[in-house]
Amino acid sequence: MKRTLSVLVNNRSGVLARVASLFSRRGYNIESIAVGVTDDPEVSRMTIQVIADEATFEQITKQLHKLIDVIKISDITSDERVDRELALIRISADSSNRSDILQVVGIFRAKIVDVAEKSIIVEVTGDEGKIDAFVQLARPYGIIEIVRTGKVSMVRGSK
Amino acid sequence: MEKCGADILVKCLETEGVDVVFGYPGGAVLAIYDALYDADIRHILVRHEQGAAHAADGYARATGRPGVCIATSGPGATNLVTGLATAYMDSVPVVAFTGQVATSWIGKDSFQEADITGITMPITKHNYLVKSTEDLPRVIKEAFYIATTGRPGPVLVDLPKDVSIGKCEFEYPSSVDLPGYKPTYEGHPKQVKELAKAITASSRPVLYVGGGVIWSGASDVLRELAELCDIPVTTTLTALGAFPTAHRLSLGMLGMHGTGYANLSVNECDLLIAVGARFDDRVIGDPRTFAPNAKVAHIDIDPAEIGKNVRYDIPIVGDARTVLESLIPQLSPMKRPEWLAQIAQWKKEWPLKYPRYADGIAPQYVIEQISDLTGGEAIVTTEVGQNQMWTAQFYKFKNARSFISSAGLGTMGFGFPAAIGAQIGRPDSLVIDIAGDGSFQMNIQELGTAVQYKLPVKVVILNNGYLGMVRQWQAMFHDKRYSSTALDYNPDFVAVAEAYGAKGIRVETEDEVRPSLERAFAEPGPVVVDVKVSREANVFPMVPPNMPISRMIRGDES
Ligand SMILES: Cc1ncc(C[n+]2csc(CCOP(=O)(O)OP(=O)(O)O)c2C)c(N)n1
Ligand SMILES: [Mg+2]
Repeated sequence: MKRTLSVLVNNRSGVLARVASLFSRRGYNIESIAVGVTDDPEVSRMTIQVIADEATFEQITKQLHKLIDVIKISDITSDERVDRELALIRISADSSNRSDILQVVGIFRAKIVDVAEKSIIVEVTGDEGKIDAFVQLARPYGIIEIVRTGKVSMVRGSK
Repeated sequence: MEKCGADILVKCLETEGVDVVFGYPGGAVLAIYDALYDADIRHILVRHEQGAAHAADGYARATGRPGVCIATSGPGATNLVTGLATAYMDSVPVVAFTGQVATSWIGKDSFQEADITGITMPITKHNYLVKSTEDLPRVIKEAFYIATTGRPGPVLVDLPKDVSIGKCEFEYPSSVDLPGYKPTYEGHPKQVKELAKAITASSRPVLYVGGGVIWSGASDVLRELAELCDIPVTTTLTALGAFPTAHRLSLGMLGMHGTGYANLSVNECDLLIAVGARFDDRVIGDPRTFAPNAKVAHIDIDPAEIGKNVRYDIPIVGDARTVLESLIPQLSPMKRPEWLAQIAQWKKEWPLKYPRYADGIAPQYVIEQISDLTGGEAIVTTEVGQNQMWTAQFYKFKNARSFISSAGLGTMGFGFPAAIGAQIGRPDSLVIDIAGDGSFQMNIQELGTAVQYKLPVKVVILNNGYLGMVRQWQAMFHDKRYSSTALDYNPDFVAVAEAYGAKGIRVETEDEVRPSLERAFAEPGPVVVDVKVSREANVFPMVPPNMPISRMIRGDES
């Protein structure tokens, strides 16, 4: 089962390496990981997606807790939340199909952020499903390159 | 007052109460060695940095205080790695300081640069690369705090050369601020009550105790609990000594080479109370069939241990001593004559025994003699292999912190430097390394250290001319194809000992064993006793790997 952890860590060098090393050493699979500083410059937030059964997931959180640099772990898998991922997608495009692509971009409320002679770069933001769907529709035009950020999440409602 | 990093380090060590460090100098730690030159801290010069890490580890296990070691950058630091991994696996508080190239040279493949914080990330509880002298007091304070609290473990502090030379105002912090590190000591009252109920309801309980009992100083409360409720006790390898072997409720060690009665008791118990133990595969065999009839209560200070390998019913996160102390007042005296009669029966059916071997002295006999001569009061370290398992089986332990062995990592070459560390920590104790001929050669160079510091450690080699434990597996599982396990080119250990300036004693017959040991133990300096034992003796009982621990091979079936 896919699960999402929101983890507060010390914003120090090497912390990402500690988390990554823990996952690889114990054979846990990271689906995606996104890191960024919080409003407190000393603290970063990691949004980690893993695929794990109940027992493995319990171990993952407990082992993460043992890292001295990990301050707080929240399992937000079943919380009402906003998930966002950003993808940059380079699609081959010329005058013959550019307007078709523009239509798809419009439907997805995506953005064209660069135009070249034979290709364009599209920026899509949304949850995983939306990005997957966009990729699906853009595929026939010829996808040259995709860069995805990995998911960031926030629990809905007032805190 | 302004001080340089190296002086700050020494001051911090003094403030932490460190009286001895084990180390080896080099370019990146020159400033630190300069500061040590006239410090009130004793520096023990080992002959290989691995020896420094193991000695610090042995010191910690023998005294309960953190062991400290120092190595230079690059090869000095990487030589510590096996020692740190050993300490990590057995949860030993060791603080290691390594030199590093100057911060401006880090990442440039500089001379003797190794990314030691990267290398040791998975084998330390925590580690630090100190980037400025100002950070040093805080980091050292945290390093000792982390190493010694909660579940203990090794911490490494990497000190770039400019950090140890650089100057700043010195003030040692009085407390630490670690929001991500808050060990739980008190067990949850509801769970403790649950356990008390389970003990009262149980008719066949077993206490399964591990090294956590030693580190939390819980041996006496453990004994109180066992006696109060008539609960038999089995210990892991690291916990030998936590409960006296000769006690009527003692089952000895469990697991792969555990006693038949310990394994059968665990197999048949209806309540398994694990205290500071981690359900290692060498203990549990097949996890699905371990303690199949039991409710499992697990007391551990490390929440991640609970449920890691085996199911649980009553989880209690907390310090072993604190939890047992809160448990005992909730219990009333109990007697379990039926359960203990059953166990007495198993003790009759599965005595620890050994045959006479036609080709030489029984190694088990040597250990019985050591046990008898020392009255179980010595500090015994071991190497790894058959020597280690026979010691676990045949030495009658009396006290916590009297058995020191690399359990989790199984590090050959551990026992001798660990004995040196133990001897320095407890100068008045008789310290004996029960060694294998293979293992001893992995850190034999520390004879130089033992001689230099006049340490009266004794090494008793059970010399079977084989990497015995591996040969045993080849005999049992590979048709006796003894691939690379014969040690036909062993040195003359007596001559090696004497070349180093230690004493060497050779023992070739059974009747020489006792008088030779007596002589060795009476010597004021280091002694190597080379005992020629039967070449192909095996350790039994044995549970083949990944099998239920009730499926033991006795060794006398033909
Ligand atoms: C550093 C290291 N290398 C290899 C092993 C694998 N190993 C386990 S026991 C053993 C044999 C040890 O031989 P010896 O020290 O003579 O002890 P014996 O079993 O003969 O008593 C070996 C090679 C190990 N445990 N540690
Ligand atoms: Mg041997």
